Amino acid sequence: MNEKLSIKEIRERLSDKTGRDYWRSLDELAETEAFRDFMDKEFPRQAAPLEGSWHRRDVLKLLGASLALAGLGACARPVLPHEKIVPYVQAPEEMIPGRPLFFATAALHGGYAEGVLAESHQGRPTKLEGNPDHPASLGATHALTQASVLSLYDPDRSDTVLEGGQVRSWEQLTALVSAAVENLDQGRGLRLLTETVTSPTLARQISDLLARFPEAVWHQYDTSHGDSAVAGARMAFGRDIATSYHFDQADVILSLDADFTYSGPGRLRHAKDFASRRRVRTADDGMNRLYQVETFPTTTGSLADHRIPLTPAGVVALAAAVAQGLGVDAPTAALPAGIDQVWLDALLEDLNAHQGSSLVIAGHEQPAAVHALAHAMNEALGNVGRTVRYHQPVEARPEDHGASLRDLAQAMNDGSVEVLVTIGGNPVFTAPADVAFGAALDSVSLSVHLGHYLDETGTRSSWHAPLVHELEAWSDARSSDGTTTIMQPLIAPLFGGRSAHELLAVLLGDDASGYDIVRSYWRGRVEGDFDDFWRRTVYRGTVAGSEAAGEEPSLQPFAIDIPEETDLQAVFRLDPSIGDGRHANNGWLQELPNPFTKLTWDNVALLSPTTAEQLGVANEDLLTLSAGGRDVEAPVWVQPGQAVGTVVLNLGYGRTHAGRIGSGLGFDAYALRSGGEPWSTAVAAQPARGRFKLADTQTHHALDGTGERRHIVRSGSLVAFQNEPAKPHFAHPVEEHESNLYPDYVYESYAWGKVIDMTVCTGCNACVAACQAENNIPIVGKDQVRIGREMHWIRVDSYYKGDIDNPEFFSMPMACQQCEQAPCEPVCPVGATVHDHEGLNAMVYNRCVGTRYCSNNCPYKVRRFNFLQYAELGTNATELSLANNPDVTVRSRGVMEKCTYCTQRIAQARITSNNEGRTIRDGEVVTACQAACPTDAIVFGDINDPNSVVTQTKTSAINYTVLDELNTVPRTSYLAKVTNPNPRLVAPVEVDS
Amino acid sequence: MPNYFPPNANAFAKWSIYGGIVFTILLVTSLLVYARTSNNRVRVPVEQPIAFKHNLHAGQLGLDCRYCHSSVEVSADATVPSTETCMTCHSQIRVGAPALATVQASWDDGTPIVWNRVHDLADFVFFNHSAHISVGIGCSNCHGQIDEMEGIWKNEPLTMGWCLECHRAPERFVRPRSEVFNLAYEPPTDQLELGRELVETYHINTEKLLQCSTCHR
Repeated sequence: MNEKLSIKEIRERLSDKTGRDYWRSLDELAETEAFRDFMDKEFPRQAAPLEGSWHRRDVLKLLGASLALAGLGACARPVLPHEKIVPYVQAPEEMIPGRPLFFATAALHGGYAEGVLAESHQGRPTKLEGNPDHPASLGATHALTQASVLSLYDPDRSDTVLEGGQVRSWEQLTALVSAAVENLDQGRGLRLLTETVTSPTLARQISDLLARFPEAVWHQYDTSHGDSAVAGARMAFGRDIATSYHFDQADVILSLDADFTYSGPGRLRHAKDFASRRRVRTADDGMNRLYQVETFPTTTGSLADHRIPLTPAGVVALAAAVAQGLGVDAPTAALPAGIDQVWLDALLEDLNAHQGSSLVIAGHEQPAAVHALAHAMNEALGNVGRTVRYHQPVEARPEDHGASLRDLAQAMNDGSVEVLVTIGGNPVFTAPADVAFGAALDSVSLSVHLGHYLDETGTRSSWHAPLVHELEAWSDARSSDGTTTIMQPLIAPLFGGRSAHELLAVLLGDDASGYDIVRSYWRGRVEGDFDDFWRRTVYRGTVAGSEAAGEEPSLQPFAIDIPEETDLQAVFRLDPSIGDGRHANNGWLQELPNPFTKLTWDNVALLSPTTAEQLGVANEDLLTLSAGGRDVEAPVWVQPGQAVGTVVLNLGYGRTHAGRIGSGLGFDAYALRSGGEPWSTAVAAQPARGRFKLADTQTHHALDGTGERRHIVRSGSLVAFQNEPAKPHFAHPVEEHESNLYPDYVYESYAWGKVIDMTVCTGCNACVAACQAENNIPIVGKDQVRIGREMHWIRVDSYYKGDIDNPEFFSMPMACQQCEQAPCEPVCPVGATVHDHEGLNAMVYNRCVGTRYCSNNCPYKVRRFNFLQYAELGTNATELSLANNPDVTVRSRGVMEKCTYCTQRIAQARITSNNEGRTIRDGEVVTACQAACPTDAIVFGDINDPNSVVTQTKTSAINYTVLDELNTVPRTSYLAKVTNPNPRLVAPVEVDS
Repeated sequence: MPNYFPPNANAFAKWSIYGGIVFTILLVTSLLVYARTSNNRVRVPVEQPIAFKHNLHAGQLGLDCRYCHSSVEVSADATVPSTETCMTCHSQIRVGAPALATVQASWDDGTPIVWNRVHDLADFVFFNHSAHISVGIGCSNCHGQIDEMEGIWKNEPLTMGWCLECHRAPERFVRPRSEVFNLAYEPPTDQLELGRELVETYHINTEKLLQCSTCHR
């Protein structure tokens, strides 16, 4: 994207547009050369190597030489050594070679458990699926969970105990630490720093430690911790109370900058519950309504029926105004820019009309005041006990992590810390800049870091020891509603790590194994047969009856301040892919295009079009941002739908000790972040010299959306659907044609089909990550992404509609459509892509010779070509190839690949059902993307079975196929996106920008 | 100017062109044959760390195939037995025999026995034992007279062409399920008739057998 986009020109073009509602990117609107290149050519850079000084003679010489060499190769074909078979000495019970086993455990995010079933192939975990019986998963998984399998095998993980870079043994470390701790008077000078602790066993160990050393202090720090939720509850109720939200009971939802389906505890459950009230198949189906105010487009916000971009101060002002309107004692605030009285009145009326079935939720990063106001509003609306439930805290000790870390740094600077034990986390990198944790750490004589990587904290501590991965050790953890999971290891520690429990045991003067520690904790808490309890609980993945006890707290008065608006406000967010930086060395996550921005491998300064215009910058320009006497240089990315006067900075990049993948990418936004203003601060911005190349996939694989008959994305309101229940115009804007040149295939057994419900697709990328894990999809690196060679079989296309300052958002997952009349099939000269008799457009890797004709002929642009040897094969394989699914071929260079509806899962179901003498049941084959989806947006099954869910879904009046005018007859269809705007606000709200 | 080439040189030129074509075809064919056969090791005994005798165990002693290859009916893999399986008998029978030293050593110190793979399909082929067993393809259809082999070798080429011989016409090979593990089974004279009947009874989807996606994923 070398041309600079002029926002002014884009606005003019957009206002001129007739008949063209949906657009993909500002590049498309500006019709830049780069966009046209990606639109017109399947492989925009493929001919590059042949341009230049190649002569016909050189080519002929090479041709001749390669022919001769090929002949030689045939003569000298080596006899390969025999592959080895290594059977067990004693075969484990239940294990059948060739068939995976699934074990219930949990994935931890911010200390909270999300139940998973880990797929294990002969002791090798390869894939995580959600545990349907776990209340915080309900079968869904987050993209981060999917990618954690790759982190398990990461060869850059720390594998030795180190003292100042010298190799030591665990025994040397434990001897030293035990002696040092024993020498302290009552533990004075001993500090323990952990991340959020929900593990009952670890909590007990820590309380034992504090009992044994009364002067020792325990600190917690995790950037992702909900400090303001804790503070907000204390403001509203005067004590620690946790909240569970029940979106399945809510008809009207007001979200105050809460990305509740994507981040924070309970997100997967929120997504499932929220989507369960938006399942529109017929015009009679009801829908909830979401009002969302937020700073920049989030996955949740993209589903909102009314979405208004607001600055951080604007969100607080709106919260106060709504609270006041609901009769809560709140200060009067001027309505923020973007909100008018009509909008507010309509919202208030809607909320009041749904007393007890509405829900107000405050965002994770909002100040405590907004959380307290949300509690007061839910109380005023009678939602408590219905859509909102209060219960005892799930965390072992809820507290303000920012303050806890500041206290620790203060103590270290005072010289009152003798021994610091850090378990997990990377505070040297993630601490707010004004805390200067790294410098404080240098003054501690014995600092021990137990971490996954030899990271910034590990290298700066005097000792470092490897920490086990979640799939390598026994532990336990609680989910957002308190349900406890006993986590079981799937594999012995690959890199010799130890668990937090084992290090705590050392401090307690014990050398018990993690297994014994966790068991002994639970043994004291179970009545009856302990082994029976243990087996059942570990098998099921949840401890029965472990939900947190309910509470009925009473509101107390609190006072709030409304912050002043500033010219430019920096907003900090955890990176949607790599979090606070902890996943930086995970290639799958680095290459996962961020929702809506579609950026990979970097972080940026996100600006709204108007702000970019005011600053005179465009995409990939550099901007110097300064706050609190510190500054960073960041590349600009212009994001439609972001609040004017804000710059969004994702944390987690700028790592120096992440590993071979993650070091040196992006810029460190923590440099601008202070402890007092962790999520938002005023900044000054100055354009800097130079440009920075970003790898953005938004312009890649664009479907040609021009022409009168092209309606790729379709959407309408529920009212419009109710007006035309049989065939709504928005879903069927043009007549489909029926003519067909080719004879129809006849499907006598199964016919696989899929429906994707755009009404509930948030664009969260869980499907993309799940597909990558299931199908051995390699990563290609930033440079290859820049030239459009990313390999994801399923991608999420983002579309916008309307004004660039506040557009509507659409997410369209796009994978192979399995066309009945597939354009790719007839052009393959070697029959490598063929129609199979269940309607799959099969891809035969071993036949493919890499002509790429199929890809050139695919109107959906879903075929991916291995231009280079991206996958690890043979001699270049590392531990990462242990994450491969053994049921899927690892593709080599020069081979085309694409989605085949998880044909390996279909094959397995077919074999199993044949062996059992029956047919495949509906729901027996679940594709990887479908299994992961937190909103159940993907339905898959046999369309030859009239009673299957997928067949029923396809009868919906809003079911349509993409590019149906090409008559490719795709097996994947889409349900048009239906929104449920407030009838009082159907005239679009004017955004004051 | 004198003629450098006599008139019969024309014929020489012509025949050398024909000869060249024939030579090239022969060369390519022989190279292909060489390349395909040299690697295939059909009926070539494969050396193993233990001189295990199938003819003794499956033949003379009459052990069922599934005693050792226990997952053959339920999984893609037939399973190479664990040392423990060997020791179920050999902790009682022929204890201390020199031929069993490797097995005993494996059992004593817990190191697995490393066998050489005999039937090695390409990595893009996904063969499933259970799918074949359940539709009446017998062990001996592919593995031959295992009960007569002193060593172990691959009895058939296991090329795609060989697979398709049966996938194109399963009625030529299917046998009653009860005879699957019978290594001495002889197809009846009316095999085709029986085969067609069994294809029907076992719901063998002959169309699916020829789809790429059946074996390649």
